[in-house]
Amino acid sequence: MSEHTITMPDVGEGITEAEVVEWHVAVGDTVAEDELLGAVMTDKAAVDIPSPVAGIVVALGGDVGDVLAVGAEYVRLSVGAASDVGSNAKTGSASEVPSAPPAIAQPASPAESKPETALPLPVTLPRRRALASPAVRRRAHEHGVSLNYVRGTGPAGRISHADLDTFLAGGQGAGAAAPELPGDRVEEIKVVGMRRQIAEKMQLAKQRIPHFSYVEETDVTTLEDLRAQLNSTRKEDQPKLTLLPFMVMALVRALEEFPQMNARYDDDAGVIRRHSGVHLGIAVQTDRGLMVPVLRNAQRLDVWGIARKISELAGGSRSGRIRRDDLTGATITLTSLGALGGIVTTPVINYPEVAIVGINRIVTRPVFVEERVVPRKLMNLSSSFDHRVVDGFEAAEFVQRIRSYIEFPSTIFIPS
Amino acid sequence: MKQLSAQVLILGGGPGGYSCAIRAGQLGLDVLLVEPARAGGTCLHAGCIPSKAFIHAAETFRDSSGAGDLAAMGILNARAELDWPTTLGWKDSVVDQLAAGVDALLAKAGVNRLAGFGVMQDGKRCHVFSSEAELLVEVQADFVVLAMGATEVELPSLPAGSSVLYARQALSLAELPVTMAVVGGGYIGLELGQAFARLGVQVTVVEAQDRLLPAYPATLTSSIVKSILADGVVAHTSARATHWQDDALHITLANGELHSVAAEKVLVAVGRCPNLQGWGRDNLALDLSAAEHPGSALAAIAVNTRGETSMSGVYAIGDLTGEPMLAHRAMAQGQVAAECIAGRRREFSPVAIPAVCFTTPELVSVGETAGSAKAAGLSVIVQRYPLAANARALTLSGRAEGGVSGFVEVVADADDHVLLGVQAVGEHVAELVHSFTLALEMGARLEDVADTIHAHPTLGETFAEASLAALGLPLHS
Repeated sequence: MSEHTITMPDVGEGITEAEVVEWHVAVGDTVAEDELLGAVMTDKAAVDIPSPVAGIVVALGGDVGDVLAVGAEYVRLSVGAASDVGSNAKTGSASEVPSAPPAIAQPASPAESKPETALPLPVTLPRRRALASPAVRRRAHEHGVSLNYVRGTGPAGRISHADLDTFLAGGQGAGAAAPELPGDRVEEIKVVGMRRQIAEKMQLAKQRIPHFSYVEETDVTTLEDLRAQLNSTRKEDQPKLTLLPFMVMALVRALEEFPQMNARYDDDAGVIRRHSGVHLGIAVQTDRGLMVPVLRNAQRLDVWGIARKISELAGGSRSGRIRRDDLTGATITLTSLGALGGIVTTPVINYPEVAIVGINRIVTRPVFVEERVVPRKLMNLSSSFDHRVVDGFEAAEFVQRIRSYIEFPSTIFIPS
Repeated sequence: MKQLSAQVLILGGGPGGYSCAIRAGQLGLDVLLVEPARAGGTCLHAGCIPSKAFIHAAETFRDSSGAGDLAAMGILNARAELDWPTTLGWKDSVVDQLAAGVDALLAKAGVNRLAGFGVMQDGKRCHVFSSEAELLVEVQADFVVLAMGATEVELPSLPAGSSVLYARQALSLAELPVTMAVVGGGYIGLELGQAFARLGVQVTVVEAQDRLLPAYPATLTSSIVKSILADGVVAHTSARATHWQDDALHITLANGELHSVAAEKVLVAVGRCPNLQGWGRDNLALDLSAAEHPGSALAAIAVNTRGETSMSGVYAIGDLTGEPMLAHRAMAQGQVAAECIAGRRREFSPVAIPAVCFTTPELVSVGETAGSAKAAGLSVIVQRYPLAANARALTLSGRAEGGVSGFVEVVADADDHVLLGVQAVGEHVAELVHSFTLALEMGARLEDVADTIHAHPTLGETFAEASLAALGLPLHS
């Protein structure tokens, strides 16, 4: 009998750790090759991990909720000569990864994040740590910078002093120059996992896209009446409608006339890709941070279908059990903070899209209707656009078109 | 009771402890170093330094006594004589000179010293006793650095005595025995065993595992084993020493047969373990789960990269923290701990720690070996370059024909050619290890080494030649 260690696989995209969310096996269980051992959650999605070999579970790498580094022991199996052993587990240990890391190795991953790889890989190579001279490593440590996040421009990605300078100048150093007041305690929180993904995405968007925002007030009284009516008469299998499905429909209709807003701008290639289908990113706040699941081909769905799909995507995002496909490929994004929507927001475009529409809070205000002051439900729309490819005039027209659909909701359902 | 206070209390004055004390003193901390003996530890007084002096004396004696290779060069000297007491005195003078140097450095750094045995009472208090077990003083410290090193593993069947020696006594033998058995074929046993053999002692090495130098890959050790056997050493592998009686060491061979080895003295060198007793460890709450070497069953104090133990304000460095138990590692850890205590942001995070075996030929290893890289699933290029193809190696060899053994072997990532490890075997190759280690620390690729002009004729050229050959561009091969 020998032991086979299955390490936490590298699920790509520079992910350094994953959380154990589920075990399908327990110590003592016999597993067959390709049988699912459990699931881990990265910052993107839950990933099922199959066993590359057959054997008996000797040890689990952690409890549900534990966060394991890529390369850490995930499951240890006892593989016997008598049992049906897969090719990976032959007595030669070439494919085995030692259960303990080498004495000097750090459980870190290099800066170069690999392009999207097929997942899940059953066993991965240990990832080398960032390549840098002792002096650079020392300086980085003094500044609280993990070199895994610094881009090296040297041979084989080696990080030079200049690379570190560039990183520090970008303001990404953890409080490098922050003066410490007497009695001040500085807590260092590593920006990892999903937070890092968000940080990188936002930085990319703000660095590359010259944003401008446009805010308009809309009267949603009629729409709210319609929504109340539909909710009071809905069937049992129909979801309760929020404002969001109507917003989606209004947006879909407006995009028929403004296809330039339903696009992705590949600025490296200098190409705008307009899509005929509306793949709507919907910003969802989760415990782990902002996620943007994608409602695909919104133009094909009716209001109930949209409501159902939104609830499915939001639930999946919050539980972490969402497919990777559901997190990529949006062509325009809708963002809403619900009751916390505020009066005005300045949404950040979901790069490489060119527009984002934000919904603010609904408030009842006195409004002049002809000669009379009446209470109306008002809501602002705060939208941002990529000024490289969208002009202010176009943006204003687009938002006015959405407003018109919202204020006269029946027109949403009337073909133009 | 007399009371003392210090910002930093360091227990143990070996390479780790004294390096930590010097650095802490330089950084303006109030440091108290507690050590019962002279500063320098095992390394300086009973290990690396005296053994290297001893090995050099043995090699010089052999070369100049006609048993070596000088005849091939036409140097036909009269048979040299060994005056062992003078050799011991010379060795002691080397140690004394270095110990005086350490004392001076500690004084210059303003380190306070206390001769005695420290026994921790809790994480901040330490009682210091004299060698007569008299309580001298209670020390109150803000920070404590534990640096008590390691002790030799003793075999219950071979207790230390006038005939059964451990390495520390073997380096001060008043007279050379005619016969000696060395129990343990690791680097300490072989370094000393080979030196004794070269001084004319009939040496038999008994190793429990199936080959000598079992900690190193067999591909690296074969020429060393050959050389040791050529020096007249008899080796029994897969053999166990049972007891010593009447100038004979009784052993059990692999086939179960009992055998006795003529041994006026027995040298036991079966390893070292962290010194976890006698300094009040039971009064502390230390995590002892450190075992950096996979498979190492030794308990050692677990520390983080700053050297902090599981107790706040209590640091541990050196052999106490487990493998690899090497003076240079302890010195590096000691400096990091001192700087962290002084409020600096430092971490102990070397890419690699070199290890040297001072047998003849020497063996150096740093970073991944071909075997460890493959076991780790790395895709590597491995390239060996023989010393026999190196001009300087030939000019240093007294042997007439083709007798130069050894090589430099580079292990590099197959994809981006970043160097992952280097090993070398050969006479004088220990001094090459720094360029190997520097290359690893700098993240050098094979191309960097190959494109660095190496002076000719030197042994170091082999590093560039191995790198060139690894790139498919061999020059002198």
